[in-house]
Amino acid sequence: MTNGTATADTSPSVADAASKPLVSLKGISKTFSNGTVALQNMTLDIQQGQFISLLGPSGCGKSTALRIIAGLGDPTSGNIEWPTSGYDATGKAMPEISFVFQEPTLMPWATVFGNVWLPLRLKGISKKDARERVEEALDMVGLHNFANAYPRELSGGMKMRVSIARALVTRPKLLLMDEPFAALDEITRHKLNDDLLRLWETFGWTVLFVTHSVYESVYLSNRIVVMAARPGRVVNDMAVPAPYPRDDTFRTSSVYNDFCRDASSALHAAMGANDHL
Amino acid sequence: MTDPDVNKMTAPTNQIDPSEVDLLPPVKTFPVERVLRVAIPIIMLGLLVLLWAWYVDAYDVPHYILPSPMRVATAMVTDWPILSAALVITLEITLTALGIALVGGLGLAILMSQSRWIELALYPYAVILQVTPIVAIAPLILIYAPTTYSALLICAWLVAFFPILSNTTQGLKSTDHNLLNLFELYGASRWQTLYYLKLPNALPYFLAGLRIAGGLALIAAVVAEFAAGSAGAQSGLAFRLLESQFRLNIPRLFAALILLSATGVVIFSITSLVSHLFLRKWHESALKREN
Repeated sequence: MTNGTATADTSPSVADAASKPLVSLKGISKTFSNGTVALQNMTLDIQQGQFISLLGPSGCGKSTALRIIAGLGDPTSGNIEWPTSGYDATGKAMPEISFVFQEPTLMPWATVFGNVWLPLRLKGISKKDARERVEEALDMVGLHNFANAYPRELSGGMKMRVSIARALVTRPKLLLMDEPFAALDEITRHKLNDDLLRLWETFGWTVLFVTHSVYESVYLSNRIVVMAARPGRVVNDMAVPAPYPRDDTFRTSSVYNDFCRDASSALHAAMGANDHL
Repeated sequence: MTDPDVNKMTAPTNQIDPSEVDLLPPVKTFPVERVLRVAIPIIMLGLLVLLWAWYVDAYDVPHYILPSPMRVATAMVTDWPILSAALVITLEITLTALGIALVGGLGLAILMSQSRWIELALYPYAVILQVTPIVAIAPLILIYAPTTYSALLICAWLVAFFPILSNTTQGLKSTDHNLLNLFELYGASRWQTLYYLKLPNALPYFLAGLRIAGGLALIAAVVAEFAAGSAGAQSGLAFRLLESQFRLNIPRLFAALILLSATGVVIFSITSLVSHLFLRKWHESALKREN
């Protein structure tokens, strides 16, 4: 496994990459109560400003890893370090993270505004004080005309945009995305991929993106962590040193093709590694 | 969706793909359809009453077996002082029982959703009280309760309480797991999770329970009064029903029956309206389906 810090980072926040990692996973393992080893000895340094894809077949523990980083469930062994985050009184890290689930996960009884306001509301910020930030987040995803619409009035792609706006409203340092576009049609997915990249280039946060699509991972990320199943583990850590901004020209270039082939063969090697198990 | 404001936006993603926009058009009902929706039930009712009047007249049915609609109407007017007093009592018992059931059912459901142990301890008794037929417990309650009125109230409450409790419990439990994770991620307190997530999620279930409970409270108030029989010092509609039967005053019996039905219909309408007002904006049950 190559060191993540060695990746050629061409994002706007390249200067941060030399500093301490944003989050550092050290020997994380997770065994579920039924005995399934979801994750075995995962070690990963995530530098600030990176766009990392966790790529792997189903059951490789990529979602589990994401949830452990998010603090939803503790690892069975190993620990997570947040060298640059603040700590609360009990010594627990308070990383600034947001999570985008595979489903939009919106509250059907609340308007688009209400849904995006939620993370701020839980911190005790009133509607009046939150308005500016909520509208800013809705602007980012191009939904500022839909603040008063209810989720059921929106299409699948728009619901996902609301979900992303809700994740962005807290201005997180790390954005965790669990196959967010997997359930969308290809046209919408391409559009949202482009929009996500534009936002990332503009604001320079760090993204950890779980996907099972080779093409999506190569298009979006500057680093791909390939994982294998049974037991879930990291098998490859490859850089995608293509420059940003990336657009349709990149999507149809031979460079893109080469990266896809590399990622694909890494993935197949990972899956082949299971055959004897 | 071409909005001129779209151009003003400065954020990087300022275009919405038209294919993504799928706002439902406003629902339109044609005036003719609206008129028919009111007219058809009224015409049907008129026809049935005419059929009833014709049958009584044509076959010379004695009025102590089946009175004509006119006789029932007359009884309604002449006996109104007796009937209206009875109606007020029945309404009082039903609504008070429903009110207590509403607060108690909701409160207990919230309590049980907070602790698995409390649920294990209390839920079986709620089920036992519900499945035991109310007529069977009524004699005991009549003995223990200080007044007949309070006994009737307890009976009606026992019956109305359970649908609210079980529905609300179900609603509180069926919260989306991803949303629960999201609340945990953003550090929501137990109270915030309850207030912002679990209660709104349980609202449709609670309202469905309320609609059932409204009807059941009235039924229980009547059944309990039957069980109490002549012990009723203050007499509700059910007592007047029995009394009219003993005296073979069948027109008054019919009048009392009509009042009971009307009360049930009104309670159902009001609870349905409340439910609609709460859910019309977002819940699938309150929205018109268009294909």
